[in-house]
Amino acid sequence: MSGHDDHHGHATDDPSHPHNAPLSDVQLRVRALESLLVEKGLIDPAALDELIDQYETKVGPRNGAQVVARAWADPDFKSRLLQNATDTLAELGLIGRQGENMVVLENTPTIHNMVVCTLCSCYPWPLLGLPPVWYKSAPYRSRAVIDPRGVLRDFGVNLPEEVEVRVWDSTADLRYLVLPMRPDGSEGMSQEELAALVTRDAMIGTGVVKVPEAAQ
Amino acid sequence: MNGIHDLGGMHGFGPVVAESNEPVFHEDWERRIFALSMAMRIWRLGNVRTAWEQMPPAEYLATSYYEHWLFALLLQLEQSGLLDEDEVERLREAPETVRIPLMPSSVRNGALRREDARALGPSRGGQLDDPAAPRFAPGQAVLTRNIHPIGHTRLPRYARARRGFIDCDYGVFAFPDSSAVGGGQKPQHVYSVRFDARELWGPGASAADRIYIDLWDDYLDPA
Repeated sequence: MSGHDDHHGHATDDPSHPHNAPLSDVQLRVRALESLLVEKGLIDPAALDELIDQYETKVGPRNGAQVVARAWADPDFKSRLLQNATDTLAELGLIGRQGENMVVLENTPTIHNMVVCTLCSCYPWPLLGLPPVWYKSAPYRSRAVIDPRGVLRDFGVNLPEEVEVRVWDSTADLRYLVLPMRPDGSEGMSQEELAALVTRDAMIGTGVVKVPEAAQ
Repeated sequence: MNGIHDLGGMHGFGPVVAESNEPVFHEDWERRIFALSMAMRIWRLGNVRTAWEQMPPAEYLATSYYEHWLFALLLQLEQSGLLDEDEVERLREAPETVRIPLMPSSVRNGALRREDARALGPSRGGQLDDPAAPRFAPGQAVLTRNIHPIGHTRLPRYARARRGFIDCDYGVFAFPDSSAVGGGQKPQHVYSVRFDARELWGPGASAADRIYIDLWDDYLDPA
């Protein structure tokens, strides 16, 4: 995503909306709200640009993928991560808003973990960034707890009946990250190569990590 | 409250559709409302989730996630007195009449500055240093209370009056049913409570599956 350098305060700078196109109600409201808050001195416009840059370019699922790859490569790190995720992640600087109390859940051949927030949209921002639309949507939030296997099928994941599915509903201040299983065919890969395999969905628990056939 | 936000177990919303190569924000106004909310540090203006939950149910389902953020920020700015009623009314009904200042006025003391925004660190969340004793121990069977508070709660409807087991104790946190509505923190333990899928959903659910829900002492009784 580019574009974090081209907005200096106002929605009219949005490249996806030409200047001659009428603004929608919501665009008008947000622009007016920003104007009012700037006028009152309640907002430093430079802070807005910084916040957007942080969440659009610095925080995202690559952070989580690095953690997963290291856990696969380093048994001692993995054991500390599973024992005390918050402190272990804080040592790496991976702490911040919506990641204050972290729990890492390990997938195994017999246990598959999957995370949801049925009441809201709770998500481990420092590791995965801001959540995708589907995670915040009514279909996922309603079905993940009552029909997790059906949701997994929507994502192309078919688990054998004997695998235990554990659904974690983030109703409190804890934030969950799934440690997916290291895929077959990844032996001998570097930590960087491993991190490149790890998807956001695998760390939410709606995906599994695979080695592309070409790489095997 | 038994609100529309409490979606767990509802039917009829269709399949989960994921967008490939999804951008962080889809429209520029989404970036702006996200950044405005963070810069105003909405968590200091009161409980954000309580504000979201005030949205009328039909509107909640018909609007997007960041429209919920806009709704909540307006409500919180009005409730905290940072905007007056007329300003909020104008923003809702006639936003085109709000002029864009040519020169931003000086930024007030206390507003979030760029350097603070760069390292907007963790809050302590609701976790508290409080010696409150746990009422339950890992492995213990518990029964969730059959309560229907009109205010904020984190006990989802689908998990009321159900039997589960304490999986682990996460320590002491503020109790949102109280703290979110200015009623004091009421420090108490939060546990991961494990439920068999069949306990929650009946015999149609898989016998192998479990649901783990984070619950406070005040939601639980010994089973």
